Amino acid sequence: MTAPLLSVRDLKVTFPTRRGLLTALDGVSFDIAAGEVLGMVGESGAGKSLTGAAIIGLLEPPGRISGGEIRLKGERIDNLPPEAMRRVRGRRIGMVFQDPLTSLNPLYTVAQQIIETIRTHSDVSEAEARRKAIALLDRVGIPAAARRIDDYPHHFSGGMRQRVVIALALCVEPELVIADEPTTALDVSVQAQIIDLIKEICAERGASVLLITHDMGVIAETADRVAVLYAGRLAEIGPVRDVILNAEHPYTKGLMGSIPTLTQESDRLVQIPGAMPRLNAMPPGCAFNPRCAHAFDRCRSQRPDPIDRPGNRQVACWLHAPEAAHG
Amino acid sequence: MNRLARAWDSDLAYSFRHSPVAVVAAAVSLTIILAAVLSPWIAPHNPFNPATLVLMDGFTPPMEPNAFTGNVYLLGTDNQGRDILSTILYGARLSLFVGFSAVLFSMVLGITLGLIAGWRGGWVDSLLMRIADVQLSFPSILIALLIFGIARGVIPPAYRETMAVWVLIVAIGLSEWVQFARVVRGAAMVEKSKEYVQAARVIGVHPARIVATHILPNVMGPVLVIATIGLALAIIAEATLSFLGVGVPPTQPSLGTLIRIGQGFLFSGEWWIILFPSIALLALALSVNLLGDWLRDALNPRLK
Amino acid sequence: MIAYILRRIAQSVLVMLVVALVSFSLFRFVGDPVATMMGQEASQADRVALRERLGLNDPVVVQFAVFIGRAATGDFGISYRLQQPVMELILSRLPATLELALISGVLAFVLGVSLGVYTALNRRGWLSAAIMSTSLIGVSLPTFLIGVLLIWVFAVELQWLPSFGRGEVVTIGFWRTGLLTESGRASLVLPSITLGLYQMTLIMRLVRAEMLEVLRTDYIKFARARGLPNRAVHFGHALKNTMVPVITITGLQLGSIIAFAIITETVFQWPGVGALFINSVQFVDIPVMAAYLMLIALIFVVINLVVDLLYYAVDPRLRVDRANARH
Repeated sequence: MTAPLLSVRDLKVTFPTRRGLLTALDGVSFDIAAGEVLGMVGESGAGKSLTGAAIIGLLEPPGRISGGEIRLKGERIDNLPPEAMRRVRGRRIGMVFQDPLTSLNPLYTVAQQIIETIRTHSDVSEAEARRKAIALLDRVGIPAAARRIDDYPHHFSGGMRQRVVIALALCVEPELVIADEPTTALDVSVQAQIIDLIKEICAERGASVLLITHDMGVIAETADRVAVLYAGRLAEIGPVRDVILNAEHPYTKGLMGSIPTLTQESDRLVQIPGAMPRLNAMPPGCAFNPRCAHAFDRCRSQRPDPIDRPGNRQVACWLHAPEAAHG
Repeated sequence: MNRLARAWDSDLAYSFRHSPVAVVAAAVSLTIILAAVLSPWIAPHNPFNPATLVLMDGFTPPMEPNAFTGNVYLLGTDNQGRDILSTILYGARLSLFVGFSAVLFSMVLGITLGLIAGWRGGWVDSLLMRIADVQLSFPSILIALLIFGIARGVIPPAYRETMAVWVLIVAIGLSEWVQFARVVRGAAMVEKSKEYVQAARVIGVHPARIVATHILPNVMGPVLVIATIGLALAIIAEATLSFLGVGVPPTQPSLGTLIRIGQGFLFSGEWWIILFPSIALLALALSVNLLGDWLRDALNPRLK
Repeated sequence: MIAYILRRIAQSVLVMLVVALVSFSLFRFVGDPVATMMGQEASQADRVALRERLGLNDPVVVQFAVFIGRAATGDFGISYRLQQPVMELILSRLPATLELALISGVLAFVLGVSLGVYTALNRRGWLSAAIMSTSLIGVSLPTFLIGVLLIWVFAVELQWLPSFGRGEVVTIGFWRTGLLTESGRASLVLPSITLGLYQMTLIMRLVRAEMLEVLRTDYIKFARARGLPNRAVHFGHALKNTMVPVITITGLQLGSIIAFAIITETVFQWPGVGALFINSVQFVDIPVMAAYLMLIALIFVVINLVVDLLYYAVDPRLRVDRANARH
């Protein structure tokens, strides 16, 4: 087995606040293989977007990585000096944001924004960069790209703008693309197209994808593996099919219960009772224990670490601990 | 409600205790206000009683005995032998009186017009807001000067002296009402569309009651902020107008008048006549401004 | 585009009409023009004749129409106090005010924008904190006090610069300029600093607030995520977007400089229109007051119009009709 493209180990992100240090990400570990699509799900506030921001080195101060390491092809990138990290961004890691309406600078044409990005990272002429930009826009499905390239962002519809954003994220051919809720702000009718586009174009270029979303349906259709985050901790990670069909963590099970399917003749979705704990009020032990139907004493006192499970899976739950006699 | 009010109070109090700037600013402005209010009792001299003035004492530098009389004044005297410290205390009293009155006037006017505009809507609203827009695009000092000029034209010369302070208050007040009106109008429009207000109107609750119980409490914070910053602005406006010679009459000098008088002695070396009133004015305006700034941040943490 | 400009011009004309109405009311209803113009010893017959000659017996609407007609040709009558045509008085003093306002406007804009950008980009630096605190003092310091302070330090104590008047002036056509002589330029220094300082603080605080707002937007985050260098992100993307709202408000600020010149001109005995206005207020010289009001309104309206057009040039989102025409 080759070394993973991206390897995140024990990632810890903290925010100092007036009332003490808040730990927003706590000991998150996962790998993404070359060419793989890793889906990352969780409720809002679970730390999905923060993980993406930490990887690309754009945590909002005063938030910072206070522990663990992030490696890209074996090379540590979490402690690079700012200038070196800047060259990683865009060049080796691309990012697609949630809202295409606000991701593009309204005062510059699409051409100006793409050409600027290409020429920042590679030594090409203006004309060459423009040719590349048009080809790329064409590839992401902008009709009449050669003409539309000189339009301003507000001339494009939401879906078209997200295509432009994808073109911008991919214009220097990064090895990893982080897509942070790339379809949430879009019309339902174009969501599938955009997801397909991201998947196809990354496959073409051999880029890996970290797909952050709260939509299990999107993950099911797109990702190779899925990581489930809960309250800043990794709950479960494994191949998409296995996790969906046979979730091991009670939280994941609840999450799967909330996907409506056409075949399932259930008239209501299963909802997990309660809400995710706030970061400044984390329960002792497993973060999920107050909402978990299967919680027992150990869950309330001792925090479970991810446990290796058969089939290249991991789950952070005492129910699956080798010595556990419960369940 | 009471408990809510107390919680709000304590949050504000907490933020106050943890802001050294706010504490110092409050201390300075309170000291000046107290000293000014109490000036008839605490001022060492009554500078406006000709009977107690000794012309020989004129131009006494601070802390030095006068060459002829040997009298010592803490901050010196002006050309007529008036004690600078006393003139500052009396001047600050007048400046503060004009400032507070002008803010009160613009507050009452602004809140009333804002409520009318927001509650009535329609053409009344458009008309008032248009006037506000036009007025806002001109500097308030210009508006105040204009109003002052008009008043001078309307009031017979015999009454000009006695009316001057009131004219000043109206002129400054009229130039500052817009901020209040805008905030109150916004709140009134938001509240008006809420269902419970609609319901209250349907069952015939008097609008005045709705305004008093729902709208005014909501705008207390912003109104307080505008009033505080408005006080600083009004003090500066009064000083400016008096400095320009169109404010209070010279027989009743405010801080601005004192600075105007003092400017004449800058070149002849009597620096204390202008320096101390200037420091007093700056301390007053700055501390009130800082208080207003702090209040705005404390009531609306998002603005930081 | 044309429709937009026409609409703006129509609005401007409306504002001018309203101001004209105020001016006219001043003229007509404040004090008795006949009494003011003729003095105590005029005979009753003379008074009646003058009333007739001034048109004061006509219907008010007709008088207003006549007033506007005269105002449009620059005829505001004779100054009560100086017994000279008002327009002549104003024109002879206007160059002094315009030169002063222009220099302080440029000073305020250049310094205000630079300091605003600096403090926004170095938000946590000690120098920014110092600049911000100083600016608060600047806001609280009445303009006239700044002037007096500058006179004391630079004219009385150091004797570097003159404290009053314009110095030597050179007449070019009707324009008397102080910019061409050394004493004229020296005389400009203290007044223009006095006049510009307050506007500078306002512009600086505005630029800082807007820039901080822009730096938080998604398109700035996306620009960073594409690995653009800080210089490009700050000055290429953030600054341009900051300037859009700043231009509007700054334009209006520059307009109010002309009005604020009243104070500065009094402090420095600057022979401009502001000093003329103050004297006219003291002596209730209504024709001069009315004319000054119209002049200031005209300057404001013109600046407003220019600012709107600038805005239009900077922000492509406003050029919607052109875009529609193209697609």
